[in-house]
Amino acid sequence: MATRSRLHIAVFLAPAVLVYTAVMIWPLFNTLRLSLYTAGDDGRVFSGLANFRTLLGDPRWSVAFWNALGNNLWFFVIHMLVQNPIGVALAAILSHPRLRFAALYRSAIFIPTILSFVIVGFAWKLILSPIWGIAPGMLDAVGLKALFAPWLGREEYALTTLALISVWQFVGIPMMLIYAALLSIPEGILEAGEIEGITGWAAFRKIKLPLILPSIGIISILTFVGNFNAFDLIYATQGALAGPDFSTDILGTFLYRTFFGFQLQLGDPHMGSAIATAMFAIILTGVCIYLFGVQTRMRRYQF
Amino acid sequence: MNTARRNPLNTVAAHAALITWTVIALFPVAVILINSFKARKAIFREPLALPDADSFSMIGYQTVMKQGDFLLYFQNSFVVTVASLLLILLFGAMAAFALSEYRFRGNTLMGLYLALGIMIPIRIGTVAILELMVETGLVNTLAALILVYTAQGLPLAVFILSEFMRQVSDDLKNAGRIDGMSEYAIFFKLVLPLVRPAMATVAVFNMIPIWNDLWFPLILAPGEATKTLTLGSQVFIGQFVTDWNAVLSALSLAILPVLVLYVIFSRQLIRGITSGAVK
Repeated sequence: MATRSRLHIAVFLAPAVLVYTAVMIWPLFNTLRLSLYTAGDDGRVFSGLANFRTLLGDPRWSVAFWNALGNNLWFFVIHMLVQNPIGVALAAILSHPRLRFAALYRSAIFIPTILSFVIVGFAWKLILSPIWGIAPGMLDAVGLKALFAPWLGREEYALTTLALISVWQFVGIPMMLIYAALLSIPEGILEAGEIEGITGWAAFRKIKLPLILPSIGIISILTFVGNFNAFDLIYATQGALAGPDFSTDILGTFLYRTFFGFQLQLGDPHMGSAIATAMFAIILTGVCIYLFGVQTRMRRYQF
Repeated sequence: MNTARRNPLNTVAAHAALITWTVIALFPVAVILINSFKARKAIFREPLALPDADSFSMIGYQTVMKQGDFLLYFQNSFVVTVASLLLILLFGAMAAFALSEYRFRGNTLMGLYLALGIMIPIRIGTVAILELMVETGLVNTLAALILVYTAQGLPLAVFILSEFMRQVSDDLKNAGRIDGMSEYAIFFKLVLPLVRPAMATVAVFNMIPIWNDLWFPLILAPGEATKTLTLGSQVFIGQFVTDWNAVLSALSLAILPVLVLYVIFSRQLIRGITSGAVK
């Protein structure tokens, strides 16, 4: 080794490092930098934290920003409370030994996850549409027609409905990851529990759940990052204006509108950068809490 | 664990729960596909009925074929996805090999640097990415999308592939060196064939998000000639929103290729996820 030239190491690394640096890391830092500038008469002018003061202090911006952030939090809460428990439950049932058709169920339940937001968004928009009447018709069939409302069109329901649609789409991911974690639990541990009389629900809660906690942690952080840079579903169903009356506006759609402009408002790359920087800070905080606060404290078991 | 054998009620409950969720998962897709083959009146009168001789109609597909350039959109999506995957795999495997095979100063640091992008979404840098593409004249080209998706996919690819490359036996590589093979030949002829399963996992993981992405096609390549299938169907549906036949057919056409890919690769994908590639 020592006698050979070390040039090949650079050759192996160069393409990946170049593309990654040029298209991902450099633009990321450049975006953070641009948030400190504003458009002047002749090009860019450095303006310090002025964009952030506008974003958080000027009511025209801050109302929209806090609205988007609050909606985004609610979006995340629904995912954590609905998507992940359903995913864990499905995985627990699927991982049962001697369950027939397990592979079939698994593949079928994963299908929504592979579809694009555009398909998912429009499909649900049609199904929930009062014009077409599939949803009211089905509720009528079970005698619950009174419950129907044009959920996507009502300010109080629209965001929750969209979050549930997203849950419907992505439940396959926690299901698969937890399923994998459950399969890796050695049979011996479960048998030892059985001899002690721990079976069924008790076995799940006392033996399996502690063992799959690290996977639940990973799913939580993946959900967090995914939710706080979500955009496509809201854009596909409600448009860039995230209606009705911005009630479904999240950080991704807010960034898009600010950066690209809509209707009469012109696009503003500097305010856009400021919002992107805020998103970066939020995601980074979440990832750090996970890496240093959760992951290091979690006990991992080696078999 | 033996409760299933002891208690048939549990088995029934398990199947009932799984069937319920399977129906919930497939129902919307089925409704779209079924109704895309029906005439407008039948869509509204009997939305849950299968098309019969009376209600069967291809009018929606005819509108889509006449009005939208779906073949071009499909071709664009295909080119972007395949080219990005090839670059992710080639560049990712090369970097993973360098990191896992050689000891050099800055190895750990380089690994950490490349891993940064696993958790930080590339979308955060969109403002500057657009600026970069404008400066380099790549706006409205497929190359812009390919570059972005390659950069997006590399961190996880390097991470997964270097884990696998550490398991390739040193004896094999050293035997190659004694035989006078260059480091490049060792990589391409000895190591790459051995990590093929891991490469397939990486490819399948990246394929679906690239194919389905709406954000970057919308921002970097919204021109008619470079629209991907996801963006193309979004725009088409937006324009034809009151033509239910056309909308349903466009949705079905967008579902179809992904479904075909899924049927081909689902075993690979599920094995990839369940083998603990994402730790």
